Order: sequence, then structure tokens, then C-alpha cells
Amino acid sequence: MRSPDPFVPSLFRVDRVRRESADTVTLGLLPIQGEIPAFRSGQFFMLYAFGIGEIPVSVSGLWGQGPLLHTVRAVGPVSQALCRLRPGDTLGVRGPYGSPWPLPQAEGGDLLLIAGGLGLAPLRSALLPALAERERYGRIALLYGARSPADLLFGEERSDWSSRDDLQVEVTVDHASPAWRGSVGVVPARISHTRFAPERTHAFVCGPEVMMRYSAAALLGAGVPPARIFLSLERNMKCAFAVCGRCQFGSTFICRDGPVFAYDRISRLLSLREL
Amino acid sequence: MPDPKVVLVRHPFFAGIDPSISETLAECAHEVSFPAGRFLAREGEPASGFLLLECGTVALELHRPGRMPIVLETLHEGELVGTSWVIPPYRWSCDVRALDPVRAIVVDARCLRGKSESDPKLGYELLKRFLPLFVQRLEAVRLQLLDVYGETPT
Repeated sequence: MRSPDPFVPSLFRVDRVRRESADTVTLGLLPIQGEIPAFRSGQFFMLYAFGIGEIPVSVSGLWGQGPLLHTVRAVGPVSQALCRLRPGDTLGVRGPYGSPWPLPQAEGGDLLLIAGGLGLAPLRSALLPALAERERYGRIALLYGARSPADLLFGEERSDWSSRDDLQVEVTVDHASPAWRGSVGVVPARISHTRFAPERTHAFVCGPEVMMRYSAAALLGAGVPPARIFLSLERNMKCAFAVCGRCQFGSTFICRDGPVFAYDRISRLLSLREL
Repeated sequence: MPDPKVVLVRHPFFAGIDPSISETLAECAHEVSFPAGRFLAREGEPASGFLLLECGTVALELHRPGRMPIVLETLHEGELVGTSWVIPPYRWSCDVRALDPVRAIVVDARCLRGKSESDPKLGYELLKRFLPLFVQRLEAVRLQLLDVYGETPT
């Protein structure tokens, strides 16, 4: 049941925890009362670790298919507390908030998903519905970069994706020993190895902002129109519904107008050092 | 064995090249192949040319005494291996190892430098193609050094 006060979270219980890497887990959450609120791929919820704080976390699963899934990396006090949760523990949840990945807009053309690090989690929520309705798209490709082989997420699922004939999966890491049999190099340099027709491609990009800026530049260089490149931005947030101004980004609020933005709308803002 | 000139003009690195220049390049080129695991070059050895990968993957590695080498980058089908031949003292700056069976066109550096000295058009064409490659690889190394996936929120 959703509270009438938008600042008050609903109580959720941890149904399952899956460890993705040394510092990253996927939490499956169920409401104590009522239903999981309807959400779309690319949106986020505010997750509240009691007594510590609240952070925005994008959904990594789909609505209507089991628990609410969030993939969290332990980097700060709140995310560390969330990563320590065990099945049966409770937490506060508010949302969903923000703009979704524009999957309907991408139908009929090629879809290129570019993920860096934890950015694969929000893009998983775009990839799964695209694969479920595979006939609606042309080529689909996932280009995924991580720091090292040990940091790669969704291992089993990625193996399934890689085995599909109708999905190109390119994985690269920044650093590796010779034991790693895959690609070593940065994500933007691998874009030219991904099969897509630039003029009919929608590219969804999620990862560290520097990696997204370089990736957007490579996509533009390859001929993808700026209005078809979408980035999911991340900033510290408090209210999540455009009241506090904490995530103001130029004349927009990332919590309300984003986190998913078309590149042509924000390219100028991305170059402003003050933001 | 395919004609090196045919492979050269089809390779992405030389896409759209003037036929007269590709003729000259082909005079310095021949095809090579390496089994998986073989070193194509070792750090410090004379950089006697560059390779245009037709198939297979190579790793650029830095060896460390008593420890596993570090893989700096992998290069794949359609990419170019080797830029040390352009700049004195013309020596490989890292090891190059085949990760799987590799077939490539190797272009001889001494031959190419000689022809470039006497044919400025060829030299300028090579400059226009190698300079963006240097910049792309420099930018990639910068991004790698940033360790963007390891940074924590401020």
C-alpha cells in the first residue's frame, strides 16, 4: 500500500538475495502489504536502509514477473547496508520515479545497448522485454564493459544471452590477466565491432558518466543521430520528485525528467563543468 | 594464398584507398599466419612492420618479472597491430601474442618507409590513416587509466 505522504516509504521484505560479484548483489523485494507498484524499464525506486539513509536505484527486472529486482553495488554507507540485507529483512521503498527507456520508439529498427559496470542492471530491464518481443526489432546488440573479469555481472544469464543467434553480445574489460579469454579494451573502442545500421539504430547507454560521454561521441562518429542516443544519468537525490532540487541538471531534474535522457537534449549540459 | 593487394583494399584500415597507393603498399606486403599462443612480436625487438588482422585475436601484453603479464588490450579481426614501426627507434613497445589462430597481412616497415621517402603522396596517406589511430588509442588508454568503474561517489 502506498503512503499518501510521498516522503514516506512503503515497507518491503527481502525475498531473495543473489550475489553478482564481490561487491554487488541483486535484491528481490516484495511488499509487506499490497502489490508492487507498476513500473517501466529504466525507472528507479528510492531504497531506504533504516537508520542510515535512502538512495535511488534503478530497476533491474520487469514489472509483473516476480519480486521487484534491484542490483546494488556496495560503495557508500547506504548501499553497503542494502548489500548486507538477508532474506526476511525489511527496508523502505518509494517509487517508481523517472523516465523509462523508450523501447516503443526503438521498435522497427536496430537496438544497441551499451553498459558499463553496474549500468548493465538498468539495461537488463530494457533487454529482457526486447528479447521477449524479439520480432519487433531489427538487430539487437549488447556491448558490456567492466573493470575486470571478476566484476562482470549476471554471469549465467549473460551466457544464455551469448548463446542466442538473434543477439550479439560483446563483453570487454579494462584490465585482465592472460587467463581471461575475452576482449580487453574500453567500451567506446568496441562500438565499431558491433553490428548495427546507424541511421535506424536506437542506442541506450548506461554506466559511469565519462564512459557514456565517450560512448556517445563514438556513436555520433558512427552516424547514430543524437536524438536516438539515450543516456541514463545518475546524481545524488533526496526527494525523487523534483521538489528538493538536489538533482537539478540545468533546467531539468534528473529524478523527474530523467534519469533517461535523449542525448540531443543534454549534450550541452554534459559539457558544463559546474553541473 | 590470396593476393595481398586484394586483402589490403578490403581491410577496414585502408577502406577507400587510392588504387595507385594500394599497389605500392601491396609491393611491401605478404600474408602470414600464427597458431594460438605464438608470440608475433616481443617487447624491444625491431618493429619490422605492422599487421592487418584478417581473422583471429591478439593480445598486447606487458611482461613483469615473476608475475603474470598484464594484458593491455586485445585486437581483433579488422584491426591493425603495430605502430612502433613509424617512430624511431622502431622497436615493439610490448609483446604481441596470438590468442587464437591468426591470419594477417604483414606490411614491411623498411620497404614502406623507403617508398614513403620517395613518394610524399604515399607518406601523407599513411599519416592521415595512422594519426587518427594514434589518437583513438591514446584516448582509450586515458579512459582505461581513469578506472571509471572503480570510482566511488563523492
